Amino acid sequence: MRKYQFIIPRRVVQLSILLLFTGGNYFGWEFLRGNYSSAIIADVMNLSDPYALMQIIAAGFLASSSVLIGALVVFLIYVIIGGRMFCSWICPLNIITDLAFRLRKTFKIEAENKINISRSIRFYILGLSLLVSFVFGMAAFEIISPISMLHRAIVFGSGSGLAIVALVFLVDLLVLKAGWCGHICPLGAFYSIFGRQAIIKVKHNHENCTNCMACFDVCVEEQVLSIVGKKSDFIRSGACTNCGRCIEACDDNALKYVLKFDMKKETII
Amino acid sequence: MKPMATRRKVIQRMLEGAVFLGGGGLIWGSAIKANSKSDYVLRPPGALKEKDFLKACIKCGQCIEACPYDTLKLAQPGDGITNGTPYFEPRTIPCYLCTDMPCTDSCPSGALDLKRLSKELEVPNINNSKMGLAVIHQESCVAYWGIQCEACYRACPLIDKAISLKYEENSVTGKHAKLLPVVHSDVCTGCGVCEHVCIVEKAAIFVLPIDKSTGKVGDHYIKSWEKSDEKRIKENIKSADDDKDIESAIDYLNDDDLIDN
Repeated sequence: MRKYQFIIPRRVVQLSILLLFTGGNYFGWEFLRGNYSSAIIADVMNLSDPYALMQIIAAGFLASSSVLIGALVVFLIYVIIGGRMFCSWICPLNIITDLAFRLRKTFKIEAENKINISRSIRFYILGLSLLVSFVFGMAAFEIISPISMLHRAIVFGSGSGLAIVALVFLVDLLVLKAGWCGHICPLGAFYSIFGRQAIIKVKHNHENCTNCMACFDVCVEEQVLSIVGKKSDFIRSGACTNCGRCIEACDDNALKYVLKFDMKKETII
Repeated sequence: MKPMATRRKVIQRMLEGAVFLGGGGLIWGSAIKANSKSDYVLRPPGALKEKDFLKACIKCGQCIEACPYDTLKLAQPGDGITNGTPYFEPRTIPCYLCTDMPCTDSCPSGALDLKRLSKELEVPNINNSKMGLAVIHQESCVAYWGIQCEACYRACPLIDKAISLKYEENSVTGKHAKLLPVVHSDVCTGCGVCEHVCIVEKAAIFVLPIDKSTGKVGDHYIKSWEKSDEKRIKENIKSADDDKDIESAIDYLNDDDLIDN
């Protein structure tokens, strides 16, 4: 069970949110309506994606106060507490890309492909999305976001968006390891930048480490584990999604979730 | 110490950046601009003007969930309408003008705004919505042929206000009247119930967005028989910014050059 101690709750959380959204549309459940860009909880509390809000502002519209407040709440939650936890605990596309990641290993697609694209390209895409929003007067990423497309395919049964989800899956499977979540997604880049001082972190205990590399094997952002086997420290990089897979994979009790309160400088990527 | 980047490297980097920005931006821009039908799309009640609506809509779909008649649909890739935005097609399902305006009320971002449904300081009223304007193609309307129909008139939620009947002699028989539907643009909400019920194969009455179904006279025509409109003559003189002699411009017909001697 220890091997699944985080992946099971993660999938439960991800799927429950999808189920609540779906019920909101088909059965009129009032607990959660909307989507990952803007939702309302129990008809009272708005939660909005701060990155979507940034695009709307860049497009030249100041959203209503409920979205401004909703985005601020979400922003503070991830900045102070969770970091990139949206990616691994909430985002439905994560289920698809994790599957591609796993299948890639199973079918040993890894060895044949040596395409090398910098993981920092997502930060340029993030900047570009705001520029495109500004120039074309509409939220650039929201229109093409595979996260929204997947949500709509499930919650509204709109099938044509699945093509772009399938494309993400195939690229992740055949072309580039962790292609979408680890290289391209500007939403992940957004939380990488702003969430890197978050309190919840994975901590490495150098004394227990046997350099077995099992954690590197399961990590979708393996560069964040650079200190593993070298020194005891937090996994400080903002790119860490706090998914906990390294903790599950580690047989030597050398990694665990902790709360971090110091503000030492660290990398984004 | 890091070795300094060579000039060649720097120029190469800059070119790569320019290609990424320019190329990526253009591809991205053209992808999100794939909205060929957008000019003719009907938006939910209280929507901002199309351009502002596209800026403001967060594409959460809450208006669509709120719609009790499944009128509102979510644009998908390939629809020719900006992906993720709400729209409706009255021939399939029209807007039934819910008095509590659930769609407008549910919008978190302000793309649908209750304020646009209230005149001055009154409470919002769905009958103030301007989703579009119904237009009649007389040649395919059987009422204009002389056949009694009245389907759109009877179905209109603002009967006798948004659509009224005009009586005209039927010259074919010489003894019957034609009962002709007429749309009044100041009242019509663009709900499209008329289009939905129209009995002919392809609706003879249909809703178009306001700017596709209206003309504009321009400032230089003035209704002299309306006091308030006639005042505009004076306003225009005041706002004229060139330094031409206004008096002579008004009096130009008496100009010597124009009078044959």
